Amino acid sequence: MQIQDSLTFNPARAEVRPRRRGGRFFQKKVVPWLFVLPILLINVVVVLGPALSAVYYAMTDWTGIGAAEWVGLANFRAILSDGAFRHAFTNNVVWLAMFLTVPVAMALAVSSLLAPLRRGGLFFRMAFFIPYVLPSVITAQLWRGLLSPDRGIGAQLTDWGVPGFDRAFLGDPDTVLPAIGFVDNWHFWGFLMVLFLAAMQNIPTDLYDAARLDGAGRWAEFRDVTLPGIRPTLVFMLLMVTIWSFLTFDYIWILTQGGPAGSSEVLAVLVYKEAFRNFNAGYASALGLTLSAFVGVVIVVFITLRRRGWEI
Amino acid sequence: MPPALAQPPGAPLPPPPRRFGLGPLGRRSGRDVSHTPNYLILGLLLVFALGPLLVLVFNSLKDRAQLGRNPLGPPTEAIWSNFPQAWEVGNFAVTTRNSGILVVGTVTAVLLLGGMAAYSLAKLNLPGSGALTLYLLIGSSLPIQLYLVPLFFLWQRVGLVNNLFGLILIYVAVNAPFSIFLLRSYMMQLPSDFEDAARVDGASEWQIFRQVVVPLSWPGFLTVGLVGSLNVWNEFLLATVFLTEQHLFTVVTSYFNFATRFSRDWGLTSAAALMMILPVIAIFLALQRRFIDGLTQGGLKG
Repeated sequence: MQIQDSLTFNPARAEVRPRRRGGRFFQKKVVPWLFVLPILLINVVVVLGPALSAVYYAMTDWTGIGAAEWVGLANFRAILSDGAFRHAFTNNVVWLAMFLTVPVAMALAVSSLLAPLRRGGLFFRMAFFIPYVLPSVITAQLWRGLLSPDRGIGAQLTDWGVPGFDRAFLGDPDTVLPAIGFVDNWHFWGFLMVLFLAAMQNIPTDLYDAARLDGAGRWAEFRDVTLPGIRPTLVFMLLMVTIWSFLTFDYIWILTQGGPAGSSEVLAVLVYKEAFRNFNAGYASALGLTLSAFVGVVIVVFITLRRRGWEI
Repeated sequence: MPPALAQPPGAPLPPPPRRFGLGPLGRRSGRDVSHTPNYLILGLLLVFALGPLLVLVFNSLKDRAQLGRNPLGPPTEAIWSNFPQAWEVGNFAVTTRNSGILVVGTVTAVLLLGGMAAYSLAKLNLPGSGALTLYLLIGSSLPIQLYLVPLFFLWQRVGLVNNLFGLILIYVAVNAPFSIFLLRSYMMQLPSDFEDAARVDGASEWQIFRQVVVPLSWPGFLTVGLVGSLNVWNEFLLATVFLTEQHLFTVVTSYFNFATRFSRDWGLTSAAALMMILPVIAIFLALQRRFIDGLTQGGLKG
C-alpha cells in the first residue's frame, strides 16, 4: 500500500486555522457526536423506532392503515392456538436440523481437504464461494429448472436408466422442504467452508507435526488437532446458523411461497403473508415479535453457557 | 440461506478471530501423504458447485426446440438472440438503472456517514461510545421481520414506499452497523501521528477525517463498498416489499416476475439470469480476496 504518498497531510490545502473555533467542551464532547449523528438518526428511524412500535402494534388489531385498536394479549393467545403457526414453527425446526448438519459437515470435510493442499487451494476456495455471491432469485430459478421432473437432472438420469429422480420435488409436500433446503445449501455451504478454512489456516503447523510424530492418522488428526483448533469459529457459526434458520425467508418465498398447500411455510413467510396479503398488521407484528423472541432466547442461552464457563 | 440483508451479524459476542493467511494455502510442510484423493473429491464438488452455472450458460444459448431435445447439455448451435430479447422483455434498461441508483446511493451514504461514525468511535474518544457500540450490536441482531411491518406502514404514511430514496434510507440503516465496525477496526490500526500533526497545525476534525483518515483507510472503504454493493444488488425481501410499481423494480425483483411469466422459456430466463450475474462474478473474480474477507468478517449475511 502506498501509504507514504497518500498520508502526508498538506497544511496548505487545509486552510489552516491557528486557533480552533468553539470551546474545549464543544471540541471534546459535541464534535464527536456530530460525526455519529447522521447515521445514528437514520438507524433509529428505520430500526429502533419501528422495532419498539412493533411491541405496541403486537397488542393491537390493525390493518396497517387507520387506527390500531388495543386488544392486549389477544394476538399472542391467537398465536398459541394457530395451527399455521405451529406448522411453520415445526418447519423452522426441521430447517434448523438440516442446516446444522448438512452444510456444516460439507464445510468441515471440504475445508480439511483443502487446508493441506499446496496447489490449487485458492482456486477451489474461489470456485466454492461463487454460488454464495449470486442473488437468491437466480439460484432459486436455476434450480427450479434443474429439479424439474421433465427437463431437469431427474429427467436426464431417467434417460440414462437411473429411475426415481424424475419427481416434482418442489411440488410434493413430503419433499418440498428438503428440496428448498438443498437449493439454499448449494448457495450457502461455500461460505461456511471458507470460514472454517480460514480458521484452520491459523492452527500452528507444529501441532500437526506433533500429532504425526505420535502416529496419528488423518481422522485422529482431524479430531484432536483440527476440530479443537477451529472450535471458536465452529461454535460461533453454529450459533449464527441457528439464528438464521429461524429467519429464513428468501428461498422458500421465491420457490414455493410456502406451498404447496402451506407445506413449506416458515415463520418469516407467515409474517409476510399476514402483513402484506391479509393485512393483519397487528397479528403480523405479534408473529414478528415471537420470532425475535426465539432468536433472543438462542442468544441468551449461548451467552449464559459461555458465562457458566463452557468453553464455547 | 438467510435473507440477504436481514443479517443478524455480529450478535452480542466477540466474533472469533478470522484472518486469511496471505501465503499459499499449503501448510503441512514435509507431509509425504498423497493428496490425490483430496483432488478427486474436490473435483467432484467442483461439478456440484459450478455445474449448474455451466448449464445456465448452455441454456442461455438454446432456443425452445433445442431445449426440448437437450435440456442440460451444450447447445448444438448458439442462439445469441436470447440476450437482446431478454434485455428488451425483461426491461433491463430500467431495472439496471434502478438497481444502480440503489447501489450508488446506499454505498455513498454508508461510506460517508458510516466512515464519519467510525472515525468518531476510533479516534475522537466519543463520550458514550460503549453505549453506541452496544446499540449497534443489538440493532444489527434484530430480525428484519420484527420491524418490517411497522416500518412499511410508517414509510407508506410519509410517502417513502415506491420511492428509491426511501429504500436507500433503509439499506443505509441496515448496512450501517457492520460498515461502522469494519471501518472502525481499520481506523484503529492507523497510527495517530499524522492526525496529531494535522491537529497541531490547526486542522478541524472534518479536515482530518477527509484529508488524513479517509486516504489512509481506503482498503477498508473499498471492502465495505464492495460488500454493500453486493448486498444491495442482490437484496430481495426489502425490495419486494417497498417497491411494488413496475417502473421501480430492481434487477432482482423484476427477474422474479420475469421468470414467473416466462417460466416455460428456459432459454430466455437463462440469458436474463446470466446478464444479471456476469457483472457480479466479474467483480468478484477481480477482487476475490477483498470480497471474501469482507463477507466473512463479522459473519454478516448468510
